Amino acid sequence: MTNHWVDIKNTDLVLIMGGNAAEAHPCGFKWVTEAMQQRKAKLIVVDPRFTRSAAVADQYAPLRNGTDIAFLGGVINYLLTNDKIHHEYVKHYTDATFLTKEGFGFDNGFYSGYNEQKRVYDKSTWGYQLGADGYVVADETMQDPRCVYQQLKKHYSRYTPEQVSKITGTPKDQFLKVCEQIASTSKPDRVMTILYALGWTQHSVGAQNIRTMAMIQLLLGNMGRPGGGVNALRGHANVQGITDMCLYSEVLPGYMGAPTDADTTFAGYVKARALKPLRPNQMSYWQNFGKFFVSLQKAWFGPAATKENDFAYDWLPKKDAPYDVLAIFERMYQGKMNGFLCQGFNPLAALPNQKKLSAALSKLKYLVVMDPLTTETSEFWRNFGALNDVDPAKIQTEVFRLPATCFAEEEGSFTNSGRVASWKHSVGVAPGEAKADSEIFARMFVKLREMYRKEGGTLPEPVLNLYWPYQKAEQPTSDELLREISGKALVDLLSPPDPKNPKEPPKLLLQAGQQVPLFATLRDDGSTSCGNWLYSGCYSQAGNLTARRSTSDPSGLGTYPQWGYSWPANRRILYNRASADPAGKPWDVARAYERWDGAKWTGPDVPDMAPGAAPEQNVGPFIMNPEGVARLHAIGMAEGPFPEHYEPFENPLGVNLMCPTNPKAVSNPAARVYKGDLEAFGKPNEFPFVGTTYRLTEHHHFWTKHARSNAIVQPAPFVEISEELAKEKGISNGQMVKVKSNRGEVKAAAVVTKRIRPWEVNGKKVHMVGVPIHWGFKGVTQNGYLANALTPYVGDANCQTPEFKAFLVNIEKA
Amino acid sequence: MDMNRRQFFKVCAGGLGASSLAVMGFSPTEVLAQVRGFKLDRTTETRSTCPYCSVSCGVIMYTRGDGAKNNKPAIIHIEGDPDNPVNRGTLCPKGAGLLDMIQSPNRTKYPEVRAPGSNEWKRISWDEAIERIAKHMKADRDRNLIKVNEAGTTVNRWNTVGFLASSAASNESGYLSVKVTRGLGMVAIDTQARI
Repeated sequence: MTNHWVDIKNTDLVLIMGGNAAEAHPCGFKWVTEAMQQRKAKLIVVDPRFTRSAAVADQYAPLRNGTDIAFLGGVINYLLTNDKIHHEYVKHYTDATFLTKEGFGFDNGFYSGYNEQKRVYDKSTWGYQLGADGYVVADETMQDPRCVYQQLKKHYSRYTPEQVSKITGTPKDQFLKVCEQIASTSKPDRVMTILYALGWTQHSVGAQNIRTMAMIQLLLGNMGRPGGGVNALRGHANVQGITDMCLYSEVLPGYMGAPTDADTTFAGYVKARALKPLRPNQMSYWQNFGKFFVSLQKAWFGPAATKENDFAYDWLPKKDAPYDVLAIFERMYQGKMNGFLCQGFNPLAALPNQKKLSAALSKLKYLVVMDPLTTETSEFWRNFGALNDVDPAKIQTEVFRLPATCFAEEEGSFTNSGRVASWKHSVGVAPGEAKADSEIFARMFVKLREMYRKEGGTLPEPVLNLYWPYQKAEQPTSDELLREISGKALVDLLSPPDPKNPKEPPKLLLQAGQQVPLFATLRDDGSTSCGNWLYSGCYSQAGNLTARRSTSDPSGLGTYPQWGYSWPANRRILYNRASADPAGKPWDVARAYERWDGAKWTGPDVPDMAPGAAPEQNVGPFIMNPEGVARLHAIGMAEGPFPEHYEPFENPLGVNLMCPTNPKAVSNPAARVYKGDLEAFGKPNEFPFVGTTYRLTEHHHFWTKHARSNAIVQPAPFVEISEELAKEKGISNGQMVKVKSNRGEVKAAAVVTKRIRPWEVNGKKVHMVGVPIHWGFKGVTQNGYLANALTPYVGDANCQTPEFKAFLVNIEKA
Repeated sequence: MDMNRRQFFKVCAGGLGASSLAVMGFSPTEVLAQVRGFKLDRTTETRSTCPYCSVSCGVIMYTRGDGAKNNKPAIIHIEGDPDNPVNRGTLCPKGAGLLDMIQSPNRTKYPEVRAPGSNEWKRISWDEAIERIAKHMKADRDRNLIKVNEAGTTVNRWNTVGFLASSAASNESGYLSVKVTRGLGMVAIDTQARI
């Protein structure tokens, strides 16, 4: 989240779209209820089905799965056509005034630069025009047809209310009513918050779904404001923390781009990522990349990382290809993987196309599962009849199942969706011989290191030199690890020479061995160590700040500045300088946040700005961007600088109504589809209904089926269909049905409900079949088919999140 | 000490059970039904975080057991932490069932191995498990780590092993995992954030 959970209470309008907070995040949803009761805030829910969030909303609008960009594109069109934007905010805090390049264009589904063969864009025509000084060229009047504002207007003029309704199935009057409400927050003293989750991410256009909303929030001036922001309701208690520690292939801790084969030198690697400002005076905070990276290498390789060996740059593996989980299982499926370590994750249940996953796992030489519970993945080789139809004799994978502790038995910090890291304690005892994940990993590493010491082998150096300063080598404590993450001085740190007094002796800023106060202290010369610059400061000389438990909230805005530690730098709302106008005066006095007091930025939160940057210097609030402002035109996206509607890969129409004459642009032209998976897509003549997977209030993924009380309240698998579809197919409530996709099938009881209604899409009636995911063949609930037997193996073009939310199925009585 | 029934209940409601009163020398003239002390009185409170969704509600776990060598603490109750500014002591149906997950009959207890082609698990020791896994990994890494790519660039990449990280493990555990996996040269690593 750019904001945080309690901050939701400060809003005037809540939009829940691509999410279902009342059911999936019930205790967080209480803040929506608070806003509605205390501030008379309104709640709008836009969703394919009438969820429990919808049940308490002021307005519910239905929407066909996978058409969110069409809907939101229509909202952008409404805002621009009716001039319902926060003008000053847009002009000063976004790139609306910047000129795009002459060659940039969009025609019939493709942007300029599309390579059909490779399914990738040459982005040289995208982006801003730069002047001779290397800075962006802008038109302050926003009249130049090349400026971002005019390009935006032109692009979204195609998303008329009629067109939106045709594609999404949302009745036009309901769509316009939503637009009106959203437009009301363009006033400086009204804000909207967006709460979204997997309903947006789990699509082949997932990243652009979210981006469209971010653009709307920018046009309305809702970023950096209390009660505003773009707020992801994430899926697991520490998925935010694990994401921040960057346990995925594209990045190193703190979201630093990981080295690729193209980064042949250390200097080149750093230079490409230390982005210089694109306008005068901008902070462009990634300029400091070198300091963060070198400090990380000192944490990982300690004294073995020196200036002479480029701080052990070569010991880091370089990335040559995608290694996201779909790519990993594709490689596995092709027999290119030998081993797999699976920690607290159940891919056989959680990833798409069970049949393909099972075949992939069967090709491994060794599988190591570390989990507190017995999972489907750990027993992928066992026959469970129709639920897992395999022959163990044919599966040669050696499988190790290691008992891990669960959350209650581990001490350490968790970071919630609002970026607040909090320390938790352990009850101190686990069942049987279960061990903490960190101990399991430490043991494996220590054993490997011992073997490399004794026997040698390929590239032993990084293994032998991995910095391992822990008191007990096989049991590093969370305290030791958090200190390492937060960072320390390795030598006495002296102040840099003062240009005004060059003869002045340097001051001692920090002693060797002391924890750094913040990432601003980090250096690129090997004198500091820091495992994750974003978390730097969370364990300072003052102690473990994630363990703070102060319930003091001086401003009353729910900031709780001393409860835990909110990255970065304990900032609770990101981009909070944007809560004030260009002169430094709060846009909204009633919810005044940061402001310029004549000498510095001040307010209830840590300013997201250099504290002494006077407003006249025009330092933009979006300090990580080299332009200093937020992007309406974003070249970092795979399929285009402006989001465009593309249909899910399995869709009921067979045509993209935004570009009906271009059959190559029906679905995301930049998304990756593997050979074999393309053939596994179903067609609407055989699978006429939109299938979708989702979650129930009482269960969490494939986890709570092991808990008796949750099993009691939701014991048995079911699928949901509308009364209309039930009538068409002669299915009665509770009857066993078979739901089939081109990849597999699920048998369950049918729940016939009013909460699902068919849409009218381009004159055609389209039905949906809803498949809650929570059952499998290991648990204390009744066993059930894995829902992901049905789903397609294709993901978002930017981040490869699978398209679980929109695919094609058929249904019949079982 | 002489006290009537009403007085006795008043005293017991304060948390002392009838047996404690007897120990201190007071006992009612009539024998009354044993009063149970408040269940959570002698428990240890441990503050933790629910592992399910990303509201990451604060929870308090109550364990009974005095921590002596032969006395393993057992969690007898879990409820929301009222001090936590986000959930203020509330829990949802998922969190409310946490005790049953912690004490699930499906908790893994011992390292096990399933041999190729076999239809069953075999229990092994931790030492054996770690030894065998490390042997697999070393043989794999020694044979398959790519030091230099076709263009002559040093890449030091080991892409024949993969790793999926837990999102219910702590930040510290996650950090150690990425340090070790990157240190070994692994590139095929991912997390639930992906899906």
